[in-house]
Amino acid sequence: MNTKSWTLRLGLVLLAAIAAAGAAAQTLRFGLAEDPDVLDPTLARTFVGRIVFASLCDKLFDVDEKLDIVPQLATSYEWSADHKALTIKLRKGVTFHDGEKFNAAAVKYNIERHKTMPGSNRRGELAPVSGVDVVDDSTVRLNLSAPFAPLLAALADRAGMMVSPKAAQAEGDKFGSKPVCSGPFRFVERVAQDRIVVERYPNYWNKGEIHFDRIVYVPIPDATVRLANLRSGQLDFIERMQASDVPQVNTDSRFKVAKITEIGYQGITINVGKSDLAQKNPLGRDAKVREAFELALDRDGIVQVAMDGEADVGNQWVAPSNAYYAKNMPIPKRDVARAKELLREAGVPNPSITLITPTTSDAQKMGQVIQAMVKEAGFEVKLQATEFATSLDMADKGQFEAYILAWSGRADPDGNLFSFDGCKQPLNYAGYCKPEVDELLNRSRTTLDPADRKKIFGDIAAIVLKDRPIIYLFHRHWLWAHTAKLSGFRMIPDGLVRVQGLRMSGS
Amino acid sequence: MLNYLVQRLATLVPTLFFVSILIFGLQQLLPGDPALILAGEDQDPTVIAHLHEKLHLDKPLPIRYLYWAGGVLRGDLGESVRIQKPVRELIFEKLPVTLELAALAIIIALSIGITAGIVAAVARDTVWDYAANIFALWGLSTPNFWLGIMLILFFSVTLGWLPASGYVSPFEDLKANLASMIMPAFVLGNAIAAVLMRHTRSAMLQVLNSDYVRTARAKGLDERVVVLKHALRNALIPVITLGALEFGTLLSGAVLTEQVFTIPGFGKLIVDAVFNRDYAVVQGVVLFTATAYILLNLLADLAYFAVNPRLRG
Repeated sequence: MNTKSWTLRLGLVLLAAIAAAGAAAQTLRFGLAEDPDVLDPTLARTFVGRIVFASLCDKLFDVDEKLDIVPQLATSYEWSADHKALTIKLRKGVTFHDGEKFNAAAVKYNIERHKTMPGSNRRGELAPVSGVDVVDDSTVRLNLSAPFAPLLAALADRAGMMVSPKAAQAEGDKFGSKPVCSGPFRFVERVAQDRIVVERYPNYWNKGEIHFDRIVYVPIPDATVRLANLRSGQLDFIERMQASDVPQVNTDSRFKVAKITEIGYQGITINVGKSDLAQKNPLGRDAKVREAFELALDRDGIVQVAMDGEADVGNQWVAPSNAYYAKNMPIPKRDVARAKELLREAGVPNPSITLITPTTSDAQKMGQVIQAMVKEAGFEVKLQATEFATSLDMADKGQFEAYILAWSGRADPDGNLFSFDGCKQPLNYAGYCKPEVDELLNRSRTTLDPADRKKIFGDIAAIVLKDRPIIYLFHRHWLWAHTAKLSGFRMIPDGLVRVQGLRMSGS
Repeated sequence: MLNYLVQRLATLVPTLFFVSILIFGLQQLLPGDPALILAGEDQDPTVIAHLHEKLHLDKPLPIRYLYWAGGVLRGDLGESVRIQKPVRELIFEKLPVTLELAALAIIIALSIGITAGIVAAVARDTVWDYAANIFALWGLSTPNFWLGIMLILFFSVTLGWLPASGYVSPFEDLKANLASMIMPAFVLGNAIAAVLMRHTRSAMLQVLNSDYVRTARAKGLDERVVVLKHALRNALIPVITLGALEFGTLLSGAVLTEQVFTIPGFGKLIVDAVFNRDYAVVQGVVLFTATAYILLNLLADLAYFAVNPRLRG
């Protein structure tokens, strides 16, 4: 009996071991729309890189489906009474991929690295942080020169990513070629333009949520080829599928389409003061002409034609579903008669405008629809499809009248607004500058109470949406497609794919 | 022969110098400030300033050229700003991939092109000739990217026989390597096969009508020997030149094919680098390709010697 029972137990253990090995030997093959840039959270500058970071580098905080800030490497936080210090309690027992301990000293090192490393893209996001105090091994305090509401959202993005201080010191500015963080997966190899391979980090603090052994990120820029790879079984998951492919994938039971409205937006930036050109064309010169332009647009029509319906119409820097959407400024209805009247009042019944569009097919379609719509009101729009780097240069120099430009968005509305509408801010291609708006923008940063901030954003909307340096059009849907065997995917509006909870069934 | 070789090699130096100036100069004509695109979404002014300094964009053009040329002479082609990897390393990582693709493509092109060319010449004005001509016309007029996508949809998505894109090293898995390369190599070789076919056909026709071939036939030689041994050998001279030139073209033709099939080779490297204004990568890759092109031409000239004994005297 005893022997039998032992044999049975041994058999069960062996079976369990085999099952575990079978279940564990899994790779998630992930199709990216672009090849990421350098994999160093301090220097990184592309959206696509953030998708890879989601498996490599944990952050102090994260955002959830509702864009609420949730702890990740932090466990809690507390603002000081004057809102000029943020005390963060850190998770204990966390290690970096090189075995180094994650603690308050590591946070201090990382924040200082973000702020001081030459070429750092995080400096602006952490500008008000004047110093970091190590309170104890698992408590850190960020001292600010002034209250800064978007700080938590920044710490829920690349500025909150923690890298191993030891590895960062050893590698210097080459750290990005072999990143060492504390996320669920550790870096294995990268072949530029071919693949980025990461493998499960066995000592991850939340390892119960990790159900893959490896993730292979494969950049495939062509959306048709990316989808073909999913359909032929070489990929399990693809990001940014084409809106026009959604119906086809939906009819195939082997795959699932997942979508959520982005936190970014698509809009038309108008040169209202970036260069002399602003005064030379009626659209830049006269707010009435801009109002007429907006009234001539049918946003639903644009979304249907250019995006196959895969976007939510909008008129602000955040989508109407966002908590910070200013309800006092709803989406204006199309009114061609009023648009014509406004043009007559402005003394330019047939203004002529050049609209720069990106070279993607979506953007081209968008340009053509807009061109046809505003023609009814009297606008003569000339479309100029321009390669991205060139158009960026033109925008920067103010060599444009109107420019179709998208923004990937940030969790805090500040990230969609401040740099675009603040005087002389880097992304203010419109050249918009109004002291009262600047004053409100600064107040929105120093006010921490969400209700108060919402009111300030409403006040900003009341001014900016009438001045129209940007005519916001819609918010695209993030479109993902994956094998139906994959479960546990959380759709988060920032478009990044969290690997925690993802699992494959039936293999 | 040796004199000729030395003479040709000596002309390499000024040619490459001129090429390097051309590459550098043309690159500057690309619109757009590379620092803007490299600075990414946020366009942080301090990052842009840092990139200007790092890439010497704040220096006058001749000084920038000297920085680059000086590096090249020391064997340092610079570093990709986007992914922080030395250009030399990138070249050696991507070159074998494109070379394999080009080699497979040229094998496909030669086997289809020469065979079809001989058949078309020998069976002139028959149904075989017309079929070969139609094939050539089709090959020349089919855009690479369209053919690529169609092949992917048919062989990968519908039939599921071949991987839709990507690359596997032959040292890792030879079978998977060939499976991933066969479609792109065919797409790439297809257009060249057509060109080679046309040239083989006309060269063969010319040679087949020449006196020595008539003599060979008059000697009562087997037609197969006449065609393959006597005629083809001479007819192949222009085809070899063309093949070598096309091999160079292949390296650039690979640009589109690699893009469609997402093959991490030279073509993809340079396209991505141009769009990202990763100057060091563009310059390095173009210089390398230009050098390879010049050397291939030299090799083609030397191959004449091997094939045609008259030139040796």
